[in-house]
Amino acid sequence: MKRFLGFVKKEFNHIFRDYRTMLILFGMPIAQILIFGYVVSNEIKDIRIAIYDKSKDNVTQEITNKLLASDFFILDRNIINDSQIEEAFKSGNIREVIIFEPHFAEKLEREGKAGIQILADASDANTANIVSNYTSAIVKTYMRNELMKGSFPYEIETKIQILYNKEMKGVYMFVPGTMALILMLVSAMMTSISIAREKEMGTMEVLLVSPLRPLHIVLGKVIPYIGLAFVNALVIIALSYFVFGMPIHGSLTFLLIETLLFILMALSLGILISTASNNQMVAMFISMFALMLPTMLLSGFIFPIENMPKVLQWLSAIMPAKYFIIIVKNIMIKGSGIAVVWKETLYLIGLTILFLAISVKKFKVRLE
Amino acid sequence: MDNEYIIEVKDLKKSYDKVEAVKGVNFSVSKGELFGLIGPDGAGKTSIFRILTTLLYPSSGEATIFGYNVVADYKKIRNNIGYMPQRFSLYQDLSVIENLEFFAQVFGTTVEQNYDLIKDIYSQIEPFKNRLAGKLSGGMKQKLALSCALIHSPDVLILDEPTTGVDAVSRKEFWEMLIRLKQKGITILVSTPYMDEANLCDRVGLIQDGKIMTINTPHHITAQFGRKLWEVKSDNIYRLITDLKQIDFVDTVYPFGEFLHITSKTNEIDDNKLKALLQPNHTSIKLNQINANIEDCFMELMNK
Repeated sequence: MKRFLGFVKKEFNHIFRDYRTMLILFGMPIAQILIFGYVVSNEIKDIRIAIYDKSKDNVTQEITNKLLASDFFILDRNIINDSQIEEAFKSGNIREVIIFEPHFAEKLEREGKAGIQILADASDANTANIVSNYTSAIVKTYMRNELMKGSFPYEIETKIQILYNKEMKGVYMFVPGTMALILMLVSAMMTSISIAREKEMGTMEVLLVSPLRPLHIVLGKVIPYIGLAFVNALVIIALSYFVFGMPIHGSLTFLLIETLLFILMALSLGILISTASNNQMVAMFISMFALMLPTMLLSGFIFPIENMPKVLQWLSAIMPAKYFIIIVKNIMIKGSGIAVVWKETLYLIGLTILFLAISVKKFKVRLE
Repeated sequence: MDNEYIIEVKDLKKSYDKVEAVKGVNFSVSKGELFGLIGPDGAGKTSIFRILTTLLYPSSGEATIFGYNVVADYKKIRNNIGYMPQRFSLYQDLSVIENLEFFAQVFGTTVEQNYDLIKDIYSQIEPFKNRLAGKLSGGMKQKLALSCALIHSPDVLILDEPTTGVDAVSRKEFWEMLIRLKQKGITILVSTPYMDEANLCDRVGLIQDGKIMTINTPHHITAQFGRKLWEVKSDNIYRLITDLKQIDFVDTVYPFGEFLHITSKTNEIDDNKLKALLQPNHTSIKLNQINANIEDCFMELMNK
């Protein structure tokens, strides 16, 4: 036991003495969560628009007011002739120009029909899409509420009620994803690198020719990272709760237990990687390409799984991160317990056991 | 039971893919002996040591330490040997004292418990005990590595080229320590590419190309050099090599420091005749008959 404690102490020394390791361990989670929180977001806010009102009557004025009253748009300028449209877009910060046709209110009155043209800058296709949808939605709402009051005998009204994430906040999506990503990185990559480093530096040779058992070596490597990864998880949860207002509807204890399970899974994967790599470079590349990218791209964290080609969907189905994200979302947003996520939990447990079994079998007590 | 042998190696062979690194090696080391395996790089020394330290499987043949087989009983062997690999294999980001304490703990002991054993060596690096191991000089690194290999008071020390890349003064100090350890009853197996270190061993095996050419005491090996040997020197040593090789009665020519060691096909050299032959190209020629050293023997055995 004392042998083992000595080993763990040594590991902590390695970690605390290497500022790069420390930076990855503690700087990265915070940086990532802040970046994802503030930068990577599908929400639109304060989009600058220009209005070209060829009619200038009370209806166009009201519609304009409605548009600007929302948080989405800011009036950058009014346009008075066609040549200024191009100019407005080229000035760079205007995303959308709204054009009301001449005699708008009159036409609406007489013909029951008037035109609004929406010009959107699609150099950023995603934003253009969202911006034009928002605009037409606001116009339609205005039309229904103000103009058609009682004039239609029949009306089909679709009432959309968004559940669990009423404000459609992006934070609900990226917190579980970032957590999966960071825990994967810290646990799997750092352990595999640290075991590979012993091989690279030749210290594994000395460790092997000692009474330390392989299990001691592996456990000694893993324990510090369990602790550190867990601290990381706490930091992420705290940040998302206090800074981004992510709720925790379910049990915090249960969330932490599931997090610990995911950490263990990632660690055993890290050990497995290290048995296959003889130096730090190899360990890092395997971790990067086999873990990081799939975790980011295939887990449903950034791109919806439903939109992927079938083959990628199958691949995504084996990604442990996908299941962890499902679990975290269920607990934090819906407040579910084990009854809902037992399948995913079981999958993570099974995976952990599988990785550990293969690692123990593959761990070499010799140099060949 | 030939219990007096601590290490026994029988017809040991080791192949990596298609290369045969060790081609049937036999030797044994008695209790309390300082045994040296002397040979150039690539002779197979490290392979033999790694098999003995249970890090590699032999391709064929057998090796035992304390009678334990290196394949079957590897766990028993690992508790009782001190091993110092060829490369510096300590934690460079830990300090001297941290490395030492770590290895003590790994072997279930403490630095204080075995301080007597390492005192001579460790006291020399103790002033730097809080320095990171990676920042030590080459000689100090080796002393630390030896201290770490000794910390659990092993019965056998296996040192793979401990003095390679170390300055002459540190090398000398290092060997003095080995001799003191031997006096404490520790069996030591050491390898080195430096022929001059052979004389400090009780017995040496000269190894070349995966085969041991001879095993004996350094004294006996040099005594076995069955011919007369001369050293020659002149102003132009490079020219001298080519010139000597062209003289018909000169057999072998090897450079040793500032001299060339030569043998004769007739086992005799006429002092004046040789000088006369070299005279046109060389001045201040010196020629002395000398006794062979280990390296001369090595060269001769290599050419057999």
